[in-house]
Amino acid sequence: MSRISDAFKNGKAFIPFITGGDPDIESTFEFVKTMAENGADIIEIGIPFSDPIAEGPVIQDADLRALASGTTTDALFEMVERLRKEITIPLIFMTYANPIYVYGKERFMKRCAQVGIDGVIVPDIPFEEKGELVDVCRDNGIELISMIAPTSEQRIETIASEATGFIYCVSSLGVTGVRTEIRTDIASMVKHVKSVTDTPVAVGFGISTPEQAKKMAGLSDGAIVGSAIVKIVAQYGKDATSHIATYVKQMKEAVMEA
Amino acid sequence: METGRYGEFGGQYVPETLMNAVHELEEAYEHYKNDPAFVAELDDLMKNYAGRPSLLYYAEKMTKDLGGAKIYLKREDLNHTGSHKINNVLGQVLLAKKMGKTRVIAETGAGQHGVATATAAALMGMECEIFMGKEDTERQALNVFRMELLGAKVHAVTTGTQTLKDAVNEAMREWTNRVDDTLYVLGSVMGPHPFPMIVRDFQSVISKESRAQILEVEGKLPDAVVACVGGGSNAMGSFYEYINDEGVQLIGCEAAGLGVDNPKNAATIANGSMGIFHGMKSLFCQNEYGQIAPVYSISAGLDYPGIGPEHAWLNETGRAQYVPITDEEAVKAFEYLSRVEGIIPAIESSHAVAQVMKIAGSMRKDQIIVVTISGRGDKDVAAIARYRGVEIYE
Repeated sequence: MSRISDAFKNGKAFIPFITGGDPDIESTFEFVKTMAENGADIIEIGIPFSDPIAEGPVIQDADLRALASGTTTDALFEMVERLRKEITIPLIFMTYANPIYVYGKERFMKRCAQVGIDGVIVPDIPFEEKGELVDVCRDNGIELISMIAPTSEQRIETIASEATGFIYCVSSLGVTGVRTEIRTDIASMVKHVKSVTDTPVAVGFGISTPEQAKKMAGLSDGAIVGSAIVKIVAQYGKDATSHIATYVKQMKEAVMEA
Repeated sequence: METGRYGEFGGQYVPETLMNAVHELEEAYEHYKNDPAFVAELDDLMKNYAGRPSLLYYAEKMTKDLGGAKIYLKREDLNHTGSHKINNVLGQVLLAKKMGKTRVIAETGAGQHGVATATAAALMGMECEIFMGKEDTERQALNVFRMELLGAKVHAVTTGTQTLKDAVNEAMREWTNRVDDTLYVLGSVMGPHPFPMIVRDFQSVISKESRAQILEVEGKLPDAVVACVGGGSNAMGSFYEYINDEGVQLIGCEAAGLGVDNPKNAATIANGSMGIFHGMKSLFCQNEYGQIAPVYSISAGLDYPGIGPEHAWLNETGRAQYVPITDEEAVKAFEYLSRVEGIIPAIESSHAVAQVMKIAGSMRKDQIIVVTISGRGDKDVAAIARYRGVEIYE
């Protein structure tokens, strides 16, 4: 029933993130296609925001590069529409509350459904504020992905019991970005989630190496990687396609071994 | 009204990592605000450390010169650290201490809130880190050194527009990074609930005092209360106790920079639209895709693309009016009050003085205006000199 949950049915999932429009829309189109072809199970596409408060420096810079290149929400909708002729895996928009709210919540979700977006991740819409989006998402068949954090503790059950698609388990305190070590007790967090729901759990924040991805996917249902890929784009720009292909392929293999 | 909401405005739009922290703060505040020992300790700090109550000064020369309403200045510039910011900070840092926190972080624009936070942290023995846009660290270099002198670590924020908005982003990011032992001491009536409520409550001492003071000297309430608005803390504090006094007009003065029709302004009520940012639903200067606009004002303290949710609500209901004041008008008011009354107001507060200069003359002589001088202008002297083409070193 849920295309997103179904993506976890063939073993552990690898979920890459990329900032839409960095360095430009045509490059993002190629990068997403390449990631799908090299084993990504779900892809998160970031709609850039001027003030991404949950992001570390790598994705902050990518957002600013994307905006400077003239990327708009409409241009990304149009890009997804074209991508849908080439790839079938679930696609998720990740952005902040304001770009959605100002675009018009209904208009935004309708457009998502039209172009073939399956879900949205909105880090500044916590459980208490999800009333902002939950109805309009449901009406348009868009899944609103729930996040849990190392500080969630007693909130885990409340959040998990209403979660759909998958649950985004935030591995560490702080913002997105590559970390050498993940200290949170992910195993017990995931166990807590699993005790209340069958919704798959994927771990993100700080994962960059195949070893980390394997470990995190081993403790859950999948691994999410953002900053490490965005870094490749920052380094190689429009020529990043082959580097992304190699990286995604080895990360997917690592996750499969988990 | 729903908790944390002012009409549709307000809310708690923050990452999941911070949700327990904002709940913990709310619970602690609800407990301590009714705790006699906490209230007594804060009252004592306000009186013996901050120097409250602040004066309500009758500006006789200004009144005569403008030829209309009687003008009273609520002298928040005379508080310890030189602005109204100390009112909120003493409350929040004391609260942090009671909550068992050992470290406070804060954003600052002009440096007033940063200096106040560093001061309270020094007094109460807390570790303190301040986030300040790089551009502001250059505009207000003296305040940076002042904070360091008080034992705080100052981070120059180099992301985005390198001003107040980016300092808030960075402070929020740091809070998600270290939430257990740290309280984010937000400086204005903005951000996620409970901050707009807590800051308003701690700042409402301004109107609590001014209302009693004006009744004592004039035997009646003022016709207008005027204050400058960036995020809106001194204005909220100046308005709050008068909200139910229908005859008292409440006027907020926002920074119009080079003019409301010029892209270089920070007039959120005049030019903003509904959005969700920095933890709250409110009005923001932004484009059609919800990207936050780079705003501008000569005043680093008003250089913010949003406004506190309760102000957005007071504007929507018509209970308060908000007017734009340009850089030029504010600088003229800065110079005017200095010359006429011998009081150098902060460039932020000068926006409120400029509005008084516009309306006082057309009001009757038996009418009264109370204008909040939210801070002192020493910090702005070098910038005003530069504005007038005189290069002096701070």
